Amino acid sequence: MDRAIMEKIKNDPDFQKLVSKRNSVMITLTAIELIIYFGFILLVAFNKQFLAQKLGEGVITIGIPIGIGVIVLSFLLTGVYVYIANKDFDELTEKIKQKYTKEV
Amino acid sequence: MSKKGLIFWILSVILVGGAFLSNSMAAEGKSINTTAIAMFIVFVFLTLVITYWAAKRTRTAKDFYTAGGGITGFQNGLAIAGDFMSAASFLGIAGLVYTSGYDGLLYSIGFLVGWPIVMFLLSEPLRNLGKYTFADVTSFRLEQKRIRILAAIGSLSVVTFYLIAQMVGAGKLIQLLFGLPYTTAVIIVGALMITYVAFGGMLATTWIQIVKAVLLLGGASFMAFMVLVHFGFSFESLFSTATKVHAKGEAILAPGGLVSDPLNAISLGLALMFGTAGLPHILMRFFTVPNAKEARKSVFYATGFIGYFYILTFIIGFGAIALFVNHPEYFQNAKQIVVDGITKIVSATDETKNLIGDKKALVGGENMAAVLLAEAVGGPAFMGFISAVAFATILAVVAGLTLAGASTLSHDLYANVIAKEKDEQKEMKVSKIATFAIGILAIVLGIVFEKQNVAFMVGLAFAIAASVNFPILLLSIYWKGLTTKGAFWGGLAGLIVALVLIIISPTVWVDVFKNPEPIIKLKNPAIFSMLTTFVLTILISKLDNSERAKVDREGFEPQYVRAQTGIGAETAVKH
Repeated sequence: MDRAIMEKIKNDPDFQKLVSKRNSVMITLTAIELIIYFGFILLVAFNKQFLAQKLGEGVITIGIPIGIGVIVLSFLLTGVYVYIANKDFDELTEKIKQKYTKEV
Repeated sequence: MSKKGLIFWILSVILVGGAFLSNSMAAEGKSINTTAIAMFIVFVFLTLVITYWAAKRTRTAKDFYTAGGGITGFQNGLAIAGDFMSAASFLGIAGLVYTSGYDGLLYSIGFLVGWPIVMFLLSEPLRNLGKYTFADVTSFRLEQKRIRILAAIGSLSVVTFYLIAQMVGAGKLIQLLFGLPYTTAVIIVGALMITYVAFGGMLATTWIQIVKAVLLLGGASFMAFMVLVHFGFSFESLFSTATKVHAKGEAILAPGGLVSDPLNAISLGLALMFGTAGLPHILMRFFTVPNAKEARKSVFYATGFIGYFYILTFIIGFGAIALFVNHPEYFQNAKQIVVDGITKIVSATDETKNLIGDKKALVGGENMAAVLLAEAVGGPAFMGFISAVAFATILAVVAGLTLAGASTLSHDLYANVIAKEKDEQKEMKVSKIATFAIGILAIVLGIVFEKQNVAFMVGLAFAIAASVNFPILLLSIYWKGLTTKGAFWGGLAGLIVALVLIIISPTVWVDVFKNPEPIIKLKNPAIFSMLTTFVLTILISKLDNSERAKVDREGFEPQYVRAQTGIGAETAVKH
């Protein structure tokens, strides 16, 4: 890529908007995933009693919905990312591409 | 290679394989599950048809490495799931749930949580910057030679350890399922994977992954469904039956001894989570889709399929606990008794010894829990189907690994380090030779390691992926200050720390070398080896004042613009 065009893209408000938006989504979602998983692991390491508590009358423990919950939440987070990316990132990227690809 | 050559090769694989099969059957004289063999032959035939179809479409290097880049996000999601759901995660985790209950779920969770990380941090920039291998990304602005060599060391060690574990597992499993001798099984697996990769490249490998993923998800869904039907779709009823008959009782519904001290727990967690984000055969899959949008979509589908599959294995494991009580014939030296109205399976010689959940009591060992459950819920024909699916699972995973290893040799080492000029024809030739070499090496190592304890190798592969490939990839995409020198020495140091720590840990020092006491208690090195790589890479990069370092830093901005927008990225080819 041409250095001059690259400079232009870098200073383009749409590019800056795309980058700041993507970075904040990326950092937020990564942080949530890390907290969910390592929170769960620390719970397993330090407080097994908590996870072994019965959920109501039967034998099912709190640990089972929590464990399955970590899997389901992780999947939902990837869905959240796709939703935001499809809604916001693609439009901005397309705008930038149209502005500059003729010059590239 | 010419069409004639391909047909000749496929025919000889079938003939030699068939000869081996019939020979060994005659020699062994064992009872062999004929449905399993028939379904296996149908599957192999189907994969060879796919390979033949793919071979005609694999002309360029781009076809070989990326299937032309025209795979859709949904297809790639299935293929990623196919690449990732190994026999170890199907039979192994179902077996672990059967013996330890809740602890099996802890492994499943660890294997899943890497996927969101791959999506948020890597999927889009990877697709926007790379061409064939992840080293294309790490060497985008850094010096080709040193970075490609580092990436090759990282990739080849991950591929080798993972491949040995898979080959040994495959040999033992096929021995058990089909009654074939170990060596024959390893040779058949090796010959088939060479055929798929050398002739069909990424296109054949992708479709074999997809077929396998569909079969595995279908088979596992049916099994879990039948378990739930049996218990009237009541989890309470399934779990309470399981706790009544299992030797460990209600302890199977809570975390047990698997995760005991926090340091080990976090270290294992890091290896599983970030190792997934550094597996070369998985990272390579992102170059098969046309753009960043499809790349992110593929991770979404993959995470869904893999997560769903792990939930199924949990139900399957508990189903095995609850239903095996009606099948004393699945156990060695066992009998069924009724105590206080509850049926139990106990040792024939010692009635106080409850055998449900016992590691060794099951015919063929704990890993057979899922296969035996298939027979319990669907009869011998369904058991044959699940055995064939388990075999298909192994084949698809080793094919993916072989392709990743061959690509590293031909694209990273040959084309970008050794060759003086770009010559695609030669690179293609090298990729095929590399496929044969890796395949033959895998067969030899599979045979050599037959009697060894290889359980640590998958953990080691994940630890290396997390400590070498992942940190360098992450820093090269997001940190302007990264220099060639920093990446090279930081990555190497992480690799060495990972290797040394695992050798002196209980998993190798005690379990493999049979020393009485380990030198360190830590079972997984990732926490220290990852830290080493990050700290040293950043430190050396900061202190790096070389001419090259200037080039490295200046290259960041053009790379960043491309990583974010995809302007200048590789596009798909139409056939």
